[in-house]
This record gives sequence, C-alpha cells and structure tokens, in this order.
Amino acid sequence: MKFDTPATTNPIDRLKVVGKATDRIEGPLKTTGTAPYAYERHDAVADPAYGYIVGAGIAKGRIVSMDLAAARAAPGVIAIVTAANAGKLGKGKFNTAKLLGGPEVDHYHQAIALVVAGTFEQARAAAALVHVHYARTRGNFDLAAAKSSAQPPKAGGIGGKPDTAVGDFAGAFAQAPVSLDATYTTPVHSHAMMEPHASIASWNGDQLTIYTSNQMINWSKGDVAATLGIPAEKVRLISPYIGGGFGGKLFVRADAIMAALGAKAAGRPVKVTLQRPLMFNNTTHRPATIQRIRIGAGQDGRITAIGHEGWSGDLPGGGPETAVNQTRLLYAGPNRMTATRLAVLDLPEGNAMRAPGEAPGLMALEIAIDEMAEKLGMDPVRFRILNDTQVDPEQPSREFSQRQLVECLRLGAERFGWDKRVAKPGSVRDGRWLIGMGVAAGIRNNLLMKSAARVRLDSHGIVTVETDMTDIGTGTYTIIAQTAAETMGLPLDSVIVKLGDSSFPASAGSGGQWGANNSTAGVYAACMTLRDKVAQALGLNAADVDFADGQVRSGNRSIALGDAARSGELVAEDGIEYGDLDKTYQQSTFAGHFVEAAVDAATGEIRIRRMLAVCAAGRILNPKAARSQVIGAMTMGVGAALMEELAVDTRFGFFVNHDLAGYEVPVHADIPHQEVIFLDEEDPISSPMKAKGVGELGLCGVGAAVANAVYNATGVRVRDYPITLDKHLGRLPTLT
Amino acid sequence: MRFIINEHSIEADVDVRTSLLDLLRDHLGLTGTKKGCNQGACGACTVLVDGERINSCLALAVQYQDREILTIEGLGTIGDLHPLQAAFIEYDGFQCGYCTPGQICSAVAMIGEIRRGLPSALTEDLALEQIGFSEDEIRERMSGNLCRCGAYNGIIEAIRATYAEESAQEREAAA
Repeated sequence: MKFDTPATTNPIDRLKVVGKATDRIEGPLKTTGTAPYAYERHDAVADPAYGYIVGAGIAKGRIVSMDLAAARAAPGVIAIVTAANAGKLGKGKFNTAKLLGGPEVDHYHQAIALVVAGTFEQARAAAALVHVHYARTRGNFDLAAAKSSAQPPKAGGIGGKPDTAVGDFAGAFAQAPVSLDATYTTPVHSHAMMEPHASIASWNGDQLTIYTSNQMINWSKGDVAATLGIPAEKVRLISPYIGGGFGGKLFVRADAIMAALGAKAAGRPVKVTLQRPLMFNNTTHRPATIQRIRIGAGQDGRITAIGHEGWSGDLPGGGPETAVNQTRLLYAGPNRMTATRLAVLDLPEGNAMRAPGEAPGLMALEIAIDEMAEKLGMDPVRFRILNDTQVDPEQPSREFSQRQLVECLRLGAERFGWDKRVAKPGSVRDGRWLIGMGVAAGIRNNLLMKSAARVRLDSHGIVTVETDMTDIGTGTYTIIAQTAAETMGLPLDSVIVKLGDSSFPASAGSGGQWGANNSTAGVYAACMTLRDKVAQALGLNAADVDFADGQVRSGNRSIALGDAARSGELVAEDGIEYGDLDKTYQQSTFAGHFVEAAVDAATGEIRIRRMLAVCAAGRILNPKAARSQVIGAMTMGVGAALMEELAVDTRFGFFVNHDLAGYEVPVHADIPHQEVIFLDEEDPISSPMKAKGVGELGLCGVGAAVANAVYNATGVRVRDYPITLDKHLGRLPTLT
Repeated sequence: MRFIINEHSIEADVDVRTSLLDLLRDHLGLTGTKKGCNQGACGACTVLVDGERINSCLALAVQYQDREILTIEGLGTIGDLHPLQAAFIEYDGFQCGYCTPGQICSAVAMIGEIRRGLPSALTEDLALEQIGFSEDEIRERMSGNLCRCGAYNGIIEAIRATYAEESAQEREAAA
C-alpha cells in the first residue's frame, strides 16, 4: 500500500479496539516468567555449549601474542575462537568497529576471544586463563582535548546536513539587546537495558539460526551475513522477546557473531551472553557532547538570532551525536545557524541511544531557553509560547503536519499549578528543602519507514499476524493485535501476533520511535488486502462490505468471517510504503515537561517531587502502554539529569564505572508520582493509523526540566550534566 | 544434591561453582528468574529462600540444599495468576518484562518484611509494631530491583492495590 496522500476516513477510525487503554496481551507470559528471552531457548536448541567472551585489556594497539595453552587444557573446553582462527570476517553496515578484534585492537573490551566449554562455569574459568600480551599505542580519549581537531561529519542519514544557516546570525546576535552565549556538556550515557545482549547460535549445514535479542531484525540479518561472509538467505534471526534495548540492540553485537563462530568451531550450538561488566565498553553508548548555544532576542522577548554548535567524538568512520538538530525546528527566529563537528576518539563505539540527538540536544537548549527567559524577565512558559513557529523556520514553505506545542505548554502549566512558581530562584522553602519548578519543551520527529506484514485467516475466524517487527517493551504485540482486530472487525482475543522472526515479512523494526506508527500501518495494509481476499472468497463486492463483530456484512447478508477460510486458510501479505509527505510537511511530536524538585538546603541532595508530561503525538493507539512509554522515558530523563555518567579514564581510554553498581540509573526511591496527558490529536499526514510515536518524545526535554527546577530551587546554574550535589553544594543559599 | 524448589524435591548434580541462579536457569529449565548483572546490583534474579528474598546470582547452589526455594514459577501460572501478577498486568507494572519476575518475588517478600515489623531506612519509629505501607516505604524497600524501562509507578500501584485488597480481606475475615 502506497501512502502518498493524507489519510481520509478508514476502518481504524471506528476506534472500537484501537485507542482503548488495553492490557498487554503478553502480560501473562511476562509476569509468570514464561516469555522466552534469547538465552533461555532450551525449547528450541538442545544441549548448547557455553561461550565466554574475553575482552581486550587495552583501548588501542596490537595483540603481540595470545597464550591459549592453559585455557585449552582447562576442563570442559571445546574450542577457542580468536581472530587468528576465525577465518576472514567482514564488518556489518551498521557497525563502526569490528566485533572480533585482533591483532589490531580498536577499543577497550572489544571481543578478542571466545572460550567454548561444556558448562558456563568451565567456560568462565578457562577464559580467565587466556593470557594476552599487548603493545599499546597512544589514543585520543578526551573530547575536550580533541574538540579543536573536530571536523564536519559526512552529510546524509537521519542527521542530515552538518551545518545550516539562515539570514545573518552573527550580525543579529551582535545587535540583540538581550543575549546569551553559554556552553553546556552532557556525558557518555549507557543504555543499560536489563537483559544483557545474548544469543544462541545453531548451524544446520550452511544454514545459521540465531536466537538473539535485537531490535532491528532485517538490518541485523544483513549484518550477520556481511560479517560472516555468507548469503543473507542462509541467516535466520529469531527475537520474539527483548529485555529492553533503548538503541543498544539496534545492531548486531559480539554475542551473536561470537556465538555463530563458536558454534561452527565446536560443531554444536553455542550460547553467549555479554557479561554485564563487559557491556559498557564492548557495545555502543550515547556519546558525550559539548554544546555552545547563542540566543539573541529583542526586549519584547522575540528571538532574533539562535545558534547551536555541537561537538562529539567517535572512532574513525563513526558518526556524530546530532545534538543541534532540534534547534533547526523548535523555535522561530529569522537569523539562525547550527553546526555539528565530529572528533576522532579511540573510545568504544558511539551510536544511537533513545532519542539520539534530541535527548542531549534538548538537555542543553532547554536550559539556554530558561536562561534567556530569566534575562528577559519573562516567564519561561510564556517565552516559549511567544517564539512558537508553525512552519519549519529554515524552510518556511514547509508546514508542520501537526504542531500543538503551545497547547502542551498551556495545559501543562494549568495542570501543574505553574502559576504558583516563584520566578526568583532560591525563594521557596519547605522545612529543610529548597523547592523549585522547571519546564522544558520536547520535540522529536516522526520518521516514516516502510513496513510489511503477513496475515492469515483460519476457519475459526482467528487472524494471525506475522512480521519481523519487535517488541522491546514498547507494547508492539498489543497495538498490532488492536490494529488487526479493528481492521478485520474482530475482538482482540481473536488475533494472534507473531513477531521478531526474519522468516516473516520485513518491518520497520523498533528504533527512532518509528515502530508503532509504521509497523501498525504495515499490518493495516496487509489486513486491507486480506479483506479483499475475504470478499472475493465469499463472492461479495469488496467495495461494499463491512467487517464488524466477527461478521462480514454486505447488504442484508451477514457471514461469519471464518467462513471465508472454510476451504483453506486465506493469507495476505502487504506493507506500507510512503511517498513524499515527510518532505512536503515537517512531521514531529511535541511535549511540555514540568518538574518540581526539592534540594536539601544543607547537603544539596536533590529529590524529584512530581513530574508531568503533556504530549501531542498523533493518535495514541494504546493509551495504557503509551503512558508507560512516556513515564519510563521521564524516568530515564531523571537519570540523565541527576546521575547517569560513564566516567572516562582519559589516560587508558575506557569507561571506568562499567557495571550496574557504578553506572547509576534511577531506582524506585528516585521516582515520584508521574503524570502524562495526551492531547487529542490525529495526524492524517503520518499514515493511515494517523499515529506518531511517543517512546522518545517522553525523554526529550526532561533533563532540562529537571535542571531548570533545580535552578529555580537553588539559584545555582549547573551547565554540566549530571547535576550531582558537588556541583552546587558550595554555592547554595546561606542557611538561615 | 537435593533442592526443594516450588515445593518439589529436585535432585541435580552440578559443578560446585554453579550459582543458584544458573542452577535454576541452565540446569532446571526454570528460566523465569533472570540474569541481569550476575553481580548483585540489579535484583532481576530475586528468589525467595525460606520466605526471604535473596539475589540468587550471589548464592552458590550448593549452599541452598534442603532450603525452601520459591521462584516466579511457583508463585502463579498463566491459568492461575498470583494476585500480584494480575495487578502487574492491570497497572502496567512492566514493559520489556525482564526485571518483572524479580520485582514480583521481591515485592512478595517485602510485604512479609513490613508485616513482621522490619524497619527500613525510612522508618522513623523503630519501636513501631505496625509499619505503615506508604508509597515512600515501598519505594525504599523495592530500590534493590532496577527497572530500566522505568515502570516504577505501575509497580508501586500494583503492589499497593494488591496489599490493600489483601488487608481488606484479612480485616473482613477477622471480623
């Protein structure tokens, strides 16, 4: 199905199933521990051997020699895979560094060996006996030091051009009566999903099956094939349950490749999980950024000049953190510039983490906006509303398909009790606590990706959906079931959803908050094709049939849906493909984030008291799961604001706090009551579903809203995340 | 070695280095208990031993012979959900589901701790026989169970709803 004109009325608009707050259909499996995750597929693979990865102990250099004798002689060892015996390996399209290092080492904890043994204990013990002699070479590990050498990255991809400019930024900024020129930093973040990367690989002749934990089945099938040098049709990936991803499982990682190589070497299936302390340096992370923001405005509060420059680093051949991109779209202003610069760093590979670009970009931009509002003596909600735009400010001929940022901010301010905020910071006390409120705007684009599905109808009127789409906790199983039920006129429990198998039609996958809208649109397309087949099988005119209550109705006739499959299952396969509506229109989602923070006047300890997000993101397919997506993202935003930071050892080039004790993420006690309001919105320009996404929007702006609330509480502006108490303790208001 | 798991006596012959977690997951097919960090930092591997919650990744299986071990599989099944499992679904107390069995097992033991009057770092009066069941008390006591999806609000709502219902039923029965 080609979607190239805005949607009109369609079967989804009935909203009998879609749009209703619905329990997750896989809930009983997950709450009883019976949903099968990758490492647990005893049902599918009998008697696998265990692989244990050895990670490089240096950041950059060469392996001079590896002594494997002791490991080989250890009890239970079946095989040891290294670059010396793995054969020629390629590199996946989506990987920057090789997944098996040696003799060259590209980054710390890069996999350099896999020890395969009969049990986990044997493999782990033998791995500790691998002795490696390295020759270290100097590397660049410090973004601040490498900043001056940074270059414009290659244009293209989702990030677009590195530089943009409109009007005369420099002139307008110089002449602005009120201006701000400030630099902000965000540290390295880790996805730290609860399920470590894990795979079980099994060869049947030259056919490879990997049970794995991966967000993007079709991308990754291609990359497994490219890495191993085998045809893609010989690779099958199966990933029905994924214990969190957040971008960390968009790509093939060492667990999958090493399991495949290990299984080949051992002559039997091998299972590999990345041990938690290896994950932080072995896999990808959100790169640190340095961001300079300049804003000029008239005394009336209108922005006349806005400029955002961002620096990040990555391995050679890697990409930038596109932290400036939202500044191209969020606020009006005739004179503007953005610039992205990329330095070469020899740290582990940087890559996408939830809301790449916008998450760190808005952490900086939305503090800067708060600082400007204060300089202007203007309420920060009002300042944002005053500078709203309904068109792409860089290309004013492009309108937003929907843009309700002002409504998000207005409704949020009203519901949060924003009128009780005292503008002068450090002036509200509640016992020992300094109290503050903060606001930030959120924007995240709606990306269109083609997505396909297969649907089967049996004689009992049960519809089974098959697509390689994934559910990483987002609620995909449920919204796909809702979509199929709505389109086919069935109750929810008449739909079976099968996901995450590369033998199913290729979907959009889970990333960039594009999963919900695109994957359901693909299922809708397949169901519309199935409806035609049903009408044909029943001898009805496809243009004049209604699917409702498990019946197919035409004129006075009403036939049970299952009757269409009486002489055999009906199968339809179709997908959604897009025209240029995303070029004609700017498609984005918007949020207003509100936070109340309390800071201990004596110790500087920061506690979040309450949080509210008001979101405008098209039709909300399942308000229950969508709310969970947003509050989960708000939780991650609290982490980014207050605690998350992978500390870089700039001498030896690795992330020091590489486990879940040292890399602090929010716990129960850190998170207060959170509220989410979805504005009533349909976006007929986005897809037949009229939906967009919320999973990343929920994170966009949260960090800055926390930062602004802390500032409002204390009067101490911290521009370097995370805002830990040491950064403001010495400057807190004098205790009285 | 003999283990009592979910009220069943089970014989297993494993390496003495095997953790209780790996015994469950890799040798007994009880994969509901999850391995998140294998270092005692995330709580995904929480099981109950003689009614107390422990991180099974930090426990050597050999030390837990003849103890009463309860895992998520012993708490409820798809056809017969424990009230807390049902509440997790109703209040959407999970997303990816990987921390969920640990959260549920942890919550079951946590409720027991409150009922036995064990104080937490937040409990102001240590002499109290009846400890309040406030949201802050639960949040404090559940903080050893990480959820990176950030389903904390739903988890707390599920625990409170279940506990409130159970307490009401007990009061009714007592009356």
